[in-house]
Amino acid sequence: MKDRFKEFEWEDKEGMFEVALDKALDGKFKDEHFPLLRVKNLCKYFPIYSKGFLKKQIGTIKAVDDISFDLMPGETLGLVGESGCGKTTAGRTILRALDPTSGEVHFDTFTKLVDLCKIPEKKLKPLRTKMQMIFQDPYASLNPRMTVRQIVAEPLVIHNLAKGQELEDRVVEMLRKVGLKPEHRTRYPHAFSGGQRQRIGIARALIMHPSLVVCDEAVSALDVSVQAQVINLLQDLQEDLGLTYIFIAHNLGVVKHICDDIAVMYAGRIVELAKTDDLFNDPRHPYTKMLLSAVPNPDPDVPMNPALSGEVPDISNLPPGCSFHSRCSICKEGCKDEKQELFKVGDGHYVSCNLVDGKK
Amino acid sequence: MTDNSKNIKDFVRIAEGAPSSRPSLALAPRTRPSNNVLEIKDLKVYFNTIEGELRAVDGVSFSMRRGKVMALVGESGCGKSVTSYSILRLIQSPGKIVGGSMIFYPHDEDPADIAKLSDNDELIYHIRGGKISMIFQEPMTALSPVHTVGNQICEAILIHQKATKKEAEAKAVEMLRKVGISGPEKRITQYPFEMSGGMRQRVMIAMALVCNPEILIADEPTTALDVTIQAQIMLLMKNLQKELGTSILLITHDLGVVAQMADDVAVMYLGKIVECSDVRSILKSPRHPYTMGLLASLPGLAMDKQRLHSIKGSVPSLTAIPPGCPFHPRCEYFKPGLCDVGNPPPLEEIEPGHTAACLRAREIMKSGQQSVVSSQ
Repeated sequence: MKDRFKEFEWEDKEGMFEVALDKALDGKFKDEHFPLLRVKNLCKYFPIYSKGFLKKQIGTIKAVDDISFDLMPGETLGLVGESGCGKTTAGRTILRALDPTSGEVHFDTFTKLVDLCKIPEKKLKPLRTKMQMIFQDPYASLNPRMTVRQIVAEPLVIHNLAKGQELEDRVVEMLRKVGLKPEHRTRYPHAFSGGQRQRIGIARALIMHPSLVVCDEAVSALDVSVQAQVINLLQDLQEDLGLTYIFIAHNLGVVKHICDDIAVMYAGRIVELAKTDDLFNDPRHPYTKMLLSAVPNPDPDVPMNPALSGEVPDISNLPPGCSFHSRCSICKEGCKDEKQELFKVGDGHYVSCNLVDGKK
Repeated sequence: MTDNSKNIKDFVRIAEGAPSSRPSLALAPRTRPSNNVLEIKDLKVYFNTIEGELRAVDGVSFSMRRGKVMALVGESGCGKSVTSYSILRLIQSPGKIVGGSMIFYPHDEDPADIAKLSDNDELIYHIRGGKISMIFQEPMTALSPVHTVGNQICEAILIHQKATKKEAEAKAVEMLRKVGISGPEKRITQYPFEMSGGMRQRVMIAMALVCNPEILIADEPTTALDVTIQAQIMLLMKNLQKELGTSILLITHDLGVVAQMADDVAVMYLGKIVECSDVRSILKSPRHPYTMGLLASLPGLAMDKQRLHSIKGSVPSLTAIPPGCPFHPRCEYFKPGLCDVGNPPPLEEIEPGHTAACLRAREIMKSGQQSVVSSQ
């Protein structure tokens, strides 16, 4: 918690991916919180192949490029950025829905630490009960041919965790928790409104009591009044069940409301990582400033004064040096060649811009 | 077969007839209202479906001031898009405009009642795209994928103005430059898929404004865009509006966009306008409980971390509109015996220039309770 990038000794046991937690904790971390999730130098590259018969690789898209952060249990991390910045890919790679190119994702299963990047497929399946995902589009993410009961019970059936009356009871209990009625479970998704469907999606994700939930634009498709209900529900469930969220969104208002920490992503990299209040009150990176200035204020007396230029560069052909330099207002000659690394500017506040003051 | 031949006839009419022969107008000239460009009165658009008659728009009235931005706000299904589509007569079967009037006052022509025109009246071809044009939400689906951007913009010019192909092309280039697209000479030969989302929306705006319309209907023009691009498009629309003097009807659910763009606001709920006023009084001192709830449920950038206020329940289906005030099952100020009986409350003037459709609006205003929810 004090220093999120502090190294800790990594002990190999059972190959490369597991460490008994008590051993990892041995003497060193007894006073400190231990992160539920530690992402280190995670990369996900997609190859681009040429057309035609040979399909030669002619380039790579660096969708996620060297991102690192820690996530404490019970906290919420927001991933924000424009479309195409890699926030969804990051979320999926962390859950190993996509195989990472390189990097480490240390996940605390409460009995041992696991590196999700190296663990073989077979050992991954039981871990899936611990990490779940809530999707953006409640219309596309529910199978129209399954009843609500089947949808919500499916994770338990697949992992063979409950059957018969117990299964039924857990489904009913979960539906109640997300604000649906037990008699809804015989209906099909088409009979529900957008907000109710998103509740079904939440019930499906939470029925196995996961510790980590990735919410990929979970409220973006909802109307304002329903969005508020779902945000409240997510927060209540977080308190009840002790959940840890990675909250991927492009709506800065929502992110500010729900997140403890925020990572701003641009072209596959984290350009600023800070506590929510620090980020909104004292943004350091020029891109963060640009994003914040672009949000229309719902007060007509506060005129919008966005300092904007350009669009997201082609991610398959990024400029060398700082990837933001083509849109940056304070760009200097050096920015075009020098790679920018994330460095610390304050307590839990990291920025990757060489021109920012307060480099420590 | 008859359907088909009718379509072909229409097409020929669009291609040849509309630009040269200016059709005679539906209404006799009369004293025009001081400053309004469009007056909608008691508009009703119903959809006849198997489940019954859906009253998507049920008695909507508002007027648009010339050169101003009017915003229609509401959640999905409240009828804001249907209202805008009916202004252009784009409502398709089973939908039908069953009542009301939409009187359009063009700058230099006689006024016309759009609601009374038949579906293939020449006048509507003259108005649609020429006098009133529209920007759609999703620029990728609204643009044709098999025509170049240049051809699509030129089409509008060739239909509505006397121009040769060359002149039209020159005009298209000029318009693209105006909306901030660099290298427009090269861009007009490109297809929409070669452009980014923001660029496509700029093309849409160029296409809509190229005939210098009097009203621009913008149906969620920035919803599909990133905030940075959204801000750019909003600035662009504002600047163009100042330059060209176009009146804009902005359809949106984003109250931030409303605050920054609009002059007047009408809030819709279940096919009815529940509150209408200028932007400042709506956002600063809302009088209808629904508007108060909407504002309070915004996860605002200025608010502290706390539970969000939310409107309970969800929007009911149009097949089962509650009796009395349609908002009463979700309303905080619901009073049994008053709100849930009789006809829906009419829009009444609560303060000068500020109307709300709530029986208890005055009472709520006096008690000062509204300041609790709208204190952001």
